[in-house]
Amino acid sequence: MPHIEIDGSEIEVAPGATLMDAAAQAGIYIPHFCYHKKLSIAASCRMCLVEVEKAPKPLPACATPVTDGMKVWTRSERAVEAQKGVMEFLLINHPLDCPICDQGGECQLQDLAVGYGASNSRYAEPKRVVREKELGPLISTDMTRCIHCSRCVRFGQEIAGMMELGMPGRGEHTEVMPWLEHQVTSELSGNVIDLCPVGALTSKPFRYKARGWELSRRRTVSPHDGLGANMLVHVKDGRVYRAVPQDNEAVNECWLADRDRYSYEALYSEDRLTRPMVRDGDRWVEVDWGKALAQVAGALKMLRDTHGGDAIGVLASPHQTVEELHLLQKLARGLGSDNIDHRLNHSDFAADAGRAGAAWLGLPVAELSNLDRVLLVGATVRKDQPLAAQRLRQAVKAGAQLSIIHAADDDLLCKVAHKLVVKPSALVQALAQVARALQEAGLDVGAVAASIGGVAVTDAARAIAGSLRGGARKALLLGSLAQQHPRAAELHQLAWAIGQASGARVGFLSPAANSVGAQVLGVQPAGGGRNAGRMLAEPRKAYVLMGVEPELDAYDARQALEALRGAEFVVALTAFKGAAPDYAHVLLPIAPYTETAGSYVNMEGRLQAFHGAVKPLGETRPAWKVLRVLGNLLELPGFEFDSAEAVRAEALPEGEATVRARLDNAVEGVALAHPAPVEGLDRVGETPIYQLDPLVRRAPALQKTADAAAPEVWAHGELIARLGLEEGGQVRVTQGEGAAVLRLRRDDRLPVDAVRVAAGHPLTAGLGARLGTLSLERL
Amino acid sequence: MTLLTPESLAQIDREIAKYPAEHKQSAVMAALRIAQTEKGWLSTETIEYVAEYLGMPAIAAYEVATFYNMYELSPCGRHKITVCTNLPCQLQGAGDIAEYLKKKLGIGFGETTPDGRFTLKEGECMGTCGSGPLCLHNNHKMYTRLTPQTVDQLLDGLK
Amino acid sequence: MSTKVCLWTLDHPNPASLETYVANGGYSALKKILAEKTPAEQIIEQVKISALRGRGGAGFPTGLKWSFMPRSFPGDKYVVCNTDEGEPGTFKDRDIVQFNPHQLIEGMVIAGYTLGARAGYNYIHGEIFELYQSWEQALDEARAAGYLGKNICGSGWDFDIHAHHGYGAYICGEETALLESIEGKKGQPRFKPPFPASFGLYGKPTTINNTETLASIPWIVKHGGQRFLELGKPNNGGTKIFSVSGHVNQPGNYEVPLGTPFAELLEMAGGVRDGHRLKAVIPGGSSAPVLPAEIMMDCTLDFDAIAKAGSMLGSGAVIVMDETVCMVQALERLAYFYFEESCGQCTPCREGTGWMYRVVHRIEHGQGRPEDLDLLMSVGGNISGRTICALGDAAVGPVHSFIKHFRKEFEYHIENKRCMVGD
Ligand SMILES: Cc1cc2nc3c(=O)[nH]c(=O)nc-3n(C[C@H](O)[C@H](O)[C@H](O)COP(=O)(O)O)c2cc1C
Ligand code: SF4
Ligand code: FES
Repeated sequence: MPHIEIDGSEIEVAPGATLMDAAAQAGIYIPHFCYHKKLSIAASCRMCLVEVEKAPKPLPACATPVTDGMKVWTRSERAVEAQKGVMEFLLINHPLDCPICDQGGECQLQDLAVGYGASNSRYAEPKRVVREKELGPLISTDMTRCIHCSRCVRFGQEIAGMMELGMPGRGEHTEVMPWLEHQVTSELSGNVIDLCPVGALTSKPFRYKARGWELSRRRTVSPHDGLGANMLVHVKDGRVYRAVPQDNEAVNECWLADRDRYSYEALYSEDRLTRPMVRDGDRWVEVDWGKALAQVAGALKMLRDTHGGDAIGVLASPHQTVEELHLLQKLARGLGSDNIDHRLNHSDFAADAGRAGAAWLGLPVAELSNLDRVLLVGATVRKDQPLAAQRLRQAVKAGAQLSIIHAADDDLLCKVAHKLVVKPSALVQALAQVARALQEAGLDVGAVAASIGGVAVTDAARAIAGSLRGGARKALLLGSLAQQHPRAAELHQLAWAIGQASGARVGFLSPAANSVGAQVLGVQPAGGGRNAGRMLAEPRKAYVLMGVEPELDAYDARQALEALRGAEFVVALTAFKGAAPDYAHVLLPIAPYTETAGSYVNMEGRLQAFHGAVKPLGETRPAWKVLRVLGNLLELPGFEFDSAEAVRAEALPEGEATVRARLDNAVEGVALAHPAPVEGLDRVGETPIYQLDPLVRRAPALQKTADAAAPEVWAHGELIARLGLEEGGQVRVTQGEGAAVLRLRRDDRLPVDAVRVAAGHPLTAGLGARLGTLSLERL
Repeated sequence: MTLLTPESLAQIDREIAKYPAEHKQSAVMAALRIAQTEKGWLSTETIEYVAEYLGMPAIAAYEVATFYNMYELSPCGRHKITVCTNLPCQLQGAGDIAEYLKKKLGIGFGETTPDGRFTLKEGECMGTCGSGPLCLHNNHKMYTRLTPQTVDQLLDGLK
Repeated sequence: MSTKVCLWTLDHPNPASLETYVANGGYSALKKILAEKTPAEQIIEQVKISALRGRGGAGFPTGLKWSFMPRSFPGDKYVVCNTDEGEPGTFKDRDIVQFNPHQLIEGMVIAGYTLGARAGYNYIHGEIFELYQSWEQALDEARAAGYLGKNICGSGWDFDIHAHHGYGAYICGEETALLESIEGKKGQPRFKPPFPASFGLYGKPTTINNTETLASIPWIVKHGGQRFLELGKPNNGGTKIFSVSGHVNQPGNYEVPLGTPFAELLEMAGGVRDGHRLKAVIPGGSSAPVLPAEIMMDCTLDFDAIAKAGSMLGSGAVIVMDETVCMVQALERLAYFYFEESCGQCTPCREGTGWMYRVVHRIEHGQGRPEDLDLLMSVGGNISGRTICALGDAAVGPVHSFIKHFRKEFEYHIENKRCMVGD
């Protein structure tokens, strides 16, 4: 290991390290702009020039590798002179508009200019002015401020996986821009705001709202997908003004998905429910908490007493906190009902009996970046877990083989080794082929061996199996589509068998912030109760809803709405009104994650707690407090808590250790039916990225992005031709009783006999099963 | 529908074949040149088409089109005359030749005659300094040792 | 008549043809090493003995450069020829490609053999499209004759060469910018290390040489390194093509032994144009510092002598200026060139070249200020040595040297808002 001397102190550094690494190790700050620890080295801003013994000229610390015996001075006269020279060049064409710049107060250029800039300029020539660029609803530009560090461009190429920004032009005419003023569409685009060291790229929703120094920063955890990105919300006067990433190498590194960054806007949506409301005939009236809670307790008690606990169904969102979910399940069971579930969008619960524990990622999140072999099954990972997709791309860049079995050949923005793209109902058969290929290669596929003997193996399946047999660090990951699949249990069973045979770890990509927590806490039937599917298929007399919008969240939205409308009593604990006034009888305003203390368990089983960042809006209350009072009103034992921490201590006595002890992806005893796909056209009905949960559905800037466009019907060109339909025309989609009229678009990345119609959206809520069959007609 | 003629595409394919299969992007400079030779200039459609043909992002092709001087990103006269005015040529009389051309065509550098026949451009060193003053016609044909007489002959021949 | 290494075919009626080349011993060096399976080390040794120094500008010893190539690296490796000559004043490589293409092909094939490369690319300057076409024809001819492509000269060894055409960017002459350009990107230089010998074209080991350098190789292989060295002087082996332009009676390329006195070259080029006096010379292309006539007339033309005189041999482009030249105006044009051609990635070059140009432009147009000259020296000082590639230094060379040697003219301009020279 090389030894070097830096600013007089001797250190030992890793071979291959740069002077910048060495300085960081020694706790020395070297000024820089283009260097960023997660991006390739550009060495172009030249701000990090340092003096190195025997080097005739100053060297850029970011790009100069250490050699044994090197002597480096980062603040010597020569180094500082070089740094000052660069700073002067950076400032000659930079506008002096700090007072009106959104970056003011948190600008690396401003900070360094104070230390390195001269007080008066020697530059007497006209300054450059650069035209603004339109980047869409999330990012504002002030391009004259750009210092050409190229971080935003490299981010697109290297991290987001798509080059949306470039630097056309040459010399001082070079400008950062997108192609043709197209808005940027990456689901990670907002990170360029953090990367931009000056105020050239800033947050559009935040523009001119507040100054950096007026905001206080509160740590929290993203409430969206199962990654659990760490973030800071910036707060002023009791209101959240923006969200930025908090570095955590093990989870989100230094990134946020746009969903995490911009969903805070929904907190102040007009749809926020801020006072309890009760239905009075056809009217809704605002009431005080006491009255509302008394009505809820009264109705539930009455229904339980007359019809038994089984008359009550409890549906909770996996985006609620550990504390909330724990108390809710306690309440349900206290009422004598085991009808509780968080898996509204699932359709097959057959694995429940054979599961060894809670379904989780099966490996640490950070290891996603280091896998050698990955098989993704039914995973629209870029949209469902954008930062997990980013890690997989890094793995592929480092040489991993990534294969997919899916109902769409979506662009993962990285090289895909092998793929089997089939309609949803053929997924079981496809996965069975891989198991069979392993079996043919002489591996032991355990319990499924007997059921797959007749499966014909395609070349693609054999290639996938071959890929899984190689490599050391490997995983088979089941995505949302696989989890929601009508034969999810068989997929799980096959995946487990393949994992056992090949040595790949089997994991689940959790769709929601607390999917793992909800399982660990028992927010699903434990003693013969009804799961979400049955609760809605076999309507209950009463429903308790927490944080859900079943008309959007349910696997069969139409059926869900019917069940709710037919119920005698529905209470919704919710932060938003949404469609609840249609079917509910009482609305209880509960606090979103920023307004309550709580915790989430992410996909790797990491328990992450947070405090409320701001006070609850209006008369909103933290849900754990609402449930505590309800428990008391219902005279249930064990509802005396005085803090969220106390609830958590009961829910997870050993904290994260309790979680870990309950994680297990093993499954047994699921019978494999004869694997044959369903006849006809399969619907591929996924939740779009900006429809995942009640917050993102109401975030205005996110709703203006291309990813939030109204659902359309996507079909393969061959299918469009075969049905005599017209690309771009309106078509009627029919699923049993349900129908919708939508525009038809072509996507040849779909299997010919599958049609993609998003679920989780008001325009398609009238349709049935997410992965059911459908028909298309010309209008 | 292809935006370029089969002849142009065949030329582009020949260029692609020079590079390893996974590095088609290497042919982008040639492909843009070939497209420009056919179309006269590079419209956004043309750049997008070329980028797609080579499997690269359009913005990356646009970076290339804007980095190298000889690509035209807006419509241009039928005959583009680029005069080198760099020092060696200047010493050999390029300044006078440039003035002569401007006067004769009635346009300045970067301008096109109203009839769309000529565009005049100022160029950088063309690596032929010993034969200056000189100019380049439509990027591909060089005329050296220019005098007012040879300029007259050249322009008369370009319809 | 003295020996010519590169431009000898001009003494023949059909200089570029394969017949002329072969009839005069062309491709015999290649045939010999293929037949004898000459070990690569032996060839590199001869190139080292020859004291061949890179003809592209930096004068780096070619044999040493070749020895950096990891020849036994199992993957692809490349040889790249740099015919991007865009340095104002330089126009020698075009003549090699135009009049002696086969010697360059032979040189590249020998380089490919020696360095274990799988293919070669020749990057040809944008504005000389006609040469790009004639070069491709020469490649076809060589392929047809079995000197290139599959199974070269029946040896069972394959090596092919392709042409890559630039399209107007001086910076692509810089070797790593050139590689980026071949990869289909903006021609922006890469930071070194890693050097091309370990991370070059497509990330593979690559050796890049100037056209004249590579075209000298067959001669060295054929006649031995020692004879090449003896053509020139110690540490400066061989002949060198000087491109003479500006105020001489016969601008053109003159291939003479390294170490030839400048006065002799000037005479070959017909002397300073009639009735005028020599004022200044830029001896190595526009990036090289200008030297006043007195210094230049005492100088011999080789890397070491010119460096000692305070400039550099560079690419061998000799720009001659007589007493009618206004040094402010001349510098303005050069400053504009570097400003226009900066690739724009490094801060000092992107911002500094524009700053220097604008100040010189002001001086030339009567808006100069007394403090401008010191400002130019200081801005230049903040650019040079602080950029990724040498364009930054190249841009500063003229500014510093023009002011250093002709400060009076600049001062006169600032004070009197007009030229000291002429009219
Ligand atoms: C701005 C700049 C422009 C250059 N232009 C050329 C050029 O046109 N031709 C050339 O051969 N080398 C040029 N070089 C030098 C090359 O980078 C490189 O050193 C050379 O091609 C190596 O070949 P050699 O060792 O045979 O000289 C240039 C360097 C710089 C910094
Ligand atoms: S010195 Fe100039 S030309 Fe060279 S890399 Fe830097 S910006 Fe580009
Ligand atoms: S200066 Fe005009 S061609 Fe070189």
